[in-house]
Amino acid sequence: MPTASAVQNPTPLGAGIFSTRNTDDRHLLAIEGMSRDHLLELLESAAREREWLRAGGPDRTDLAGCTVLLAFIEDSTRTRVSFEIAARRLGANAVAFSASASSLSKGETLLDTMRLFEAMGAHLLVVRHAVSGTAAHLARHLARPGVINAGDGMHEHPTQGLLDLLTLQDAWGGRFEGRRLAIIGDIAHSRVARSAIAGLTTLGAEVTVCGPGTLMPLDVESLGCSVADSVEDAMSGADAVMALRLQRERMEKGLLPSGAEYARVWGVNRKRVALMKPEAPVLHPGPVNRGTELEPEVADSARSLILAQVANGVAVRCAVLKRCWHALQAAS
Amino acid sequence: MSSLIVFKNARHWRTGEVISLAIEDGVIVPAPKHAGEFVRVFDCKAAVLAPGLVDLHVHLREPGQTNKESIETGSMAAAAGGFTDIACMPNTEPVIDTPAWVEWVLRRAEGAGHCRVHPIAAVTMGQKGEQLAPLQAMAQAGAVAFSDDGHPVRSAAMMRHGLEYARRTGLPIVCHEEDPDLKGDGVMNEGFTATRLGLRGIPNAAESVMCRRDADLAELTGARVHLAHLSTAQAFDALRDAKRRGLPVTGETCPHYWVLTDEAVGDYDTHAKMNPPLRSEEDRAACIAAIQDGTIDSFATDHAPHTSEEKKRPFAEAPFGIVGLETALALTITFLVKPGHITLARAIELWTDAPRRVFQFPEVDLEPGSSADLVLFDPDAEWTVDPSTFHTKGRNTPFAGWTLNGRVLATMLAGRFTHLDDGFGLQRADASSTGAAQ
Repeated sequence: MPTASAVQNPTPLGAGIFSTRNTDDRHLLAIEGMSRDHLLELLESAAREREWLRAGGPDRTDLAGCTVLLAFIEDSTRTRVSFEIAARRLGANAVAFSASASSLSKGETLLDTMRLFEAMGAHLLVVRHAVSGTAAHLARHLARPGVINAGDGMHEHPTQGLLDLLTLQDAWGGRFEGRRLAIIGDIAHSRVARSAIAGLTTLGAEVTVCGPGTLMPLDVESLGCSVADSVEDAMSGADAVMALRLQRERMEKGLLPSGAEYARVWGVNRKRVALMKPEAPVLHPGPVNRGTELEPEVADSARSLILAQVANGVAVRCAVLKRCWHALQAAS
Repeated sequence: MSSLIVFKNARHWRTGEVISLAIEDGVIVPAPKHAGEFVRVFDCKAAVLAPGLVDLHVHLREPGQTNKESIETGSMAAAAGGFTDIACMPNTEPVIDTPAWVEWVLRRAEGAGHCRVHPIAAVTMGQKGEQLAPLQAMAQAGAVAFSDDGHPVRSAAMMRHGLEYARRTGLPIVCHEEDPDLKGDGVMNEGFTATRLGLRGIPNAAESVMCRRDADLAELTGARVHLAHLSTAQAFDALRDAKRRGLPVTGETCPHYWVLTDEAVGDYDTHAKMNPPLRSEEDRAACIAAIQDGTIDSFATDHAPHTSEEKKRPFAEAPFGIVGLETALALTITFLVKPGHITLARAIELWTDAPRRVFQFPEVDLEPGSSADLVLFDPDAEWTVDPSTFHTKGRNTPFAGWTLNGRVLATMLAGRFTHLDDGFGLQRADASSTGAAQ
């Protein structure tokens, strides 16, 4: 809260809040701060791309002349491949950059490395990094290229958020109002949860989160969600559930006793799925720890939309790449 | 024959009276009845005259990190901010943990000549928390306090030994209160903004549990503990409790804790990253309350310069710290005095008499016989913070572009001007024609 006297000093820091979010369509940095119209437009565009992908249409030239650099400084398979397929099918030059083999290991800063790619003519940088805020950092300091956040630390994973929204939009017959998603697990470390909460609350749905106290961030309610004490409370009457991946290192760091205890108390199993509304789907960002956060029978059931999420991922990334490329062209 | 300097039409910082002050040979002297040709008279135009400000917590970065700051530039920044005395922290490269390094800093600062620099020496060798540094010898060499600032003394037993050993010197141990395990990999205040940005948080308790531990150790050992840069409501309470118990515990806070909250981090702005971090609005209010009720013994800046390159790193990887010497007085006037939280006299006391008491520096007063360590400032003058004009090498301030009230016009150290602001017309009255200083 600014003080009465601070109000006279609109801090330049405050100005930064807007400059690094999605007011500039060249970038996709976070779902938080995106308007409802903006989100719906992207979902509509992604749905059209999905029709084309499903129909097995021929490759296109929407991104002809666009060089897309896939900079995955943190390991990822599905997101990188998904972006690469989207970029190639739309006619872009997709170049993958692997951090281990790069100059990053020679002490060059990330910013300097990205400046090299800018100088080489990269138009769009798709960046995955373990440090929160990396995408915003690059967008702030690079002059020209569009920056697409493919997951920054514990902050956001906006294309995952969009594909979750698209999946739920289908499952819910196109209506977000009055629907409720339960997110179960490691909220504190989850960029998937932050993007989903931001997107769903903007579109009028509700989100209930539930997880061990050690994995629940302080003031989590201020993200716009409610907190349930038990998985049963969270899932009862819910319109969908999203189980988050549990990282083994949480147990090594003493935040959790064991995977077995986690499965017993917070695992999404058949009994708990039955508490939701009939046909309420099960989502998971993958990769799944079978038997820990998700009972195998649930993961393989008809209620599971895990593969639909993956398919939607390509469509969403097509829509995002197109939007950023068009904005970049309009700007130059 | 030595020359006489006379300030006329100055306002006394405490009483508000219009006064004239004469200075000869670095000392305040009774105003002369008539002046000779060696008199220089300055018309202060009702600006406020006060003893030179004192900052108990400055990082001068020398030896070893002169890319961030040097004793020369840091003490020049101090003079520009109205300070005549600053205490500098030993977390340099190498660490100030021997009498030779204490003497080196003193000599170097004397050579620079912009203000008195008082070295704070390390409690443990290399600030590693393992082996006591030679506290007695360093006290003799001129250290004014001991601190492992930046590296809290993790072991309670080691802190106990440090206090027991320091007691004989009469000097306080300045404690950077932060439980290293509770802090973990935290990079900003634990709270809504950290949750929103997905940044690891530092909880309030990381500070307050250590404050309470060290207050109890002060009780056990009878040695003096000074709690540095307090930021949380719980830490202010811990200091308040320690005083109620009559323990030899004092504490300081810094301007950014009464001006800003963690919302200033905005979207990963590294200029709002310091340690302890900016806290919540409740903590900010508790800071002001602790200043008002006398819990806080002294102000300090925790001036911590870093290079622009370092601050350009992603938030989690950028170093902690902001510069403070050149904005301290204005932030005090703008955010404590103007809103009416405390009087101007009390605000100045917390930058002058109060820190001198905490570190047992000689008193400075606007009376004949006192050393002419002075600051002249216009509390109403408006100015806009422009880091490119700073004297410090650091540009890392969250206040760039802010319009503040309170401008330092001149700083004097033992009768010699160490800073004269040219933009604000402290004009030398024509000595030969007026010749009068009342």
